[in-house]
Amino acid sequence: MIDAHPAAPTIIEPKRSPVLTARSLSFAYENNQALQGATMSIGQGEIVAVTGPSGSGKSTLMLCAAGLLRPTAGQVIYNGQVVNEMSEAKRSKLRRTEFGVLFQFGQLVPELTAVENVALPLLLSGAKRKPALLVAGNWLERFDVAALADARPTDMSGGQGQRVAAARSMVTEPTVLFADEPTGALDALSSEQVMTQIARVARDTGTSVMLITHSAQIAAYGDREIIVRDGMTYSGDA
Amino acid sequence: MITLHDCFTSQIAVFDLLFTQCIVTFVTTGHVLMGLLLQSERHGYDLKAEHDHRFPTARPLAFGQIYAALKRLQKNGFVEAVGTEKADGPERTIYGITDAGRAELNAWLDKIDHPIETVANPFAVKATIALLVADRDVASRYLSRQRAAHLDAMRTFTRIKTDPQRSFSDVLSADYAIAHLDADLRWLDTALERLLTLEQELQND
Repeated sequence: MIDAHPAAPTIIEPKRSPVLTARSLSFAYENNQALQGATMSIGQGEIVAVTGPSGSGKSTLMLCAAGLLRPTAGQVIYNGQVVNEMSEAKRSKLRRTEFGVLFQFGQLVPELTAVENVALPLLLSGAKRKPALLVAGNWLERFDVAALADARPTDMSGGQGQRVAAARSMVTEPTVLFADEPTGALDALSSEQVMTQIARVARDTGTSVMLITHSAQIAAYGDREIIVRDGMTYSGDA
Repeated sequence: MITLHDCFTSQIAVFDLLFTQCIVTFVTTGHVLMGLLLQSERHGYDLKAEHDHRFPTARPLAFGQIYAALKRLQKNGFVEAVGTEKADGPERTIYGITDAGRAELNAWLDKIDHPIETVANPFAVKATIALLVADRDVASRYLSRQRAAHLDAMRTFTRIKTDPQRSFSDVLSADYAIAHLDADLRWLDTALERLLTLEQELQND
């Protein structure tokens, strides 16, 4: 196996105390070995950009780190607990309460308004409707889309929809936000607006962010870069 | 026998020819000063302060440059002395733009600058020399470290462009720097990929 970045160490440590660590992760989709010993940590309040060519394994790394996939080898450690050894019910609770997830296409529920979409994670966790909508409205405000509270996803632009989706991913005040190409479907200025809001809110709230992107311009919103190549991780910093 | 260095050099040449184009914008001190004089009449000291304030990322103008440019503009009839001012220091001449100056400024703003076909690529030259005198690892290490330095610079400009306190001019300058760094980063990523692919091809031969 040829090392694409021979100068870069494969063990990547954050400058701040880690909130989430992935150690020597392996994962395969049938015959495709997506991860082969991927290792990384995210520090408290740190935005880590995870980059790499298409098919390098960066999204699989995120899905394993977020507890959405179980690695075949290695460990994901969050708050002293091994996430991949938890029961499905425990992992599900962790995702609802401690983790936020944001995908390229916001996956808003088309039948619901913006404020109802943002309130959804709270309602699913058992919150009452009125206070949940109130909290959701505050989060729409933080992402500068409060005026869209009663709009449905079909009436929003791509950038507006993504900001509503970002508000939904943060409404439970997660410790870690996993964002997979959050601006991948947007034009340059909409991308900038969405990323600026995500980075600002994350820094204000001390949320750690694992930011998956193929774009250097988006990676530049992060504090550090981790490059994934052939399922292995390398530091992108000198 | 074709070496890795030969392959990489030819790939770089083709890549340069096909993809590396840039726009060279011809900005003269005279046009910038006329633009600032269009706002209000000013003396040379004021012009320098206004220039350095509006274009903080540009090289600051020397007083000598400003007075030389004003002299040329005056000779061409684009600016004229409209008065003098004496504060604490020596007497200063106040300049204003003329109708001919306005026409020249509008013509300059209307003019499209020509893209040039190739640009110097110091990273390709260094990587090629590294392949020549050392090996793939040295070239790859150089490109990886250069890539990290570029991304770090991009982080700095991203902070500038997203800072609500920054002026519109700062944001435009940061956008420009980011776009150029991004072009370099894409090239660096492609070059690293090519190094990897070529090495694999040579091993298979």
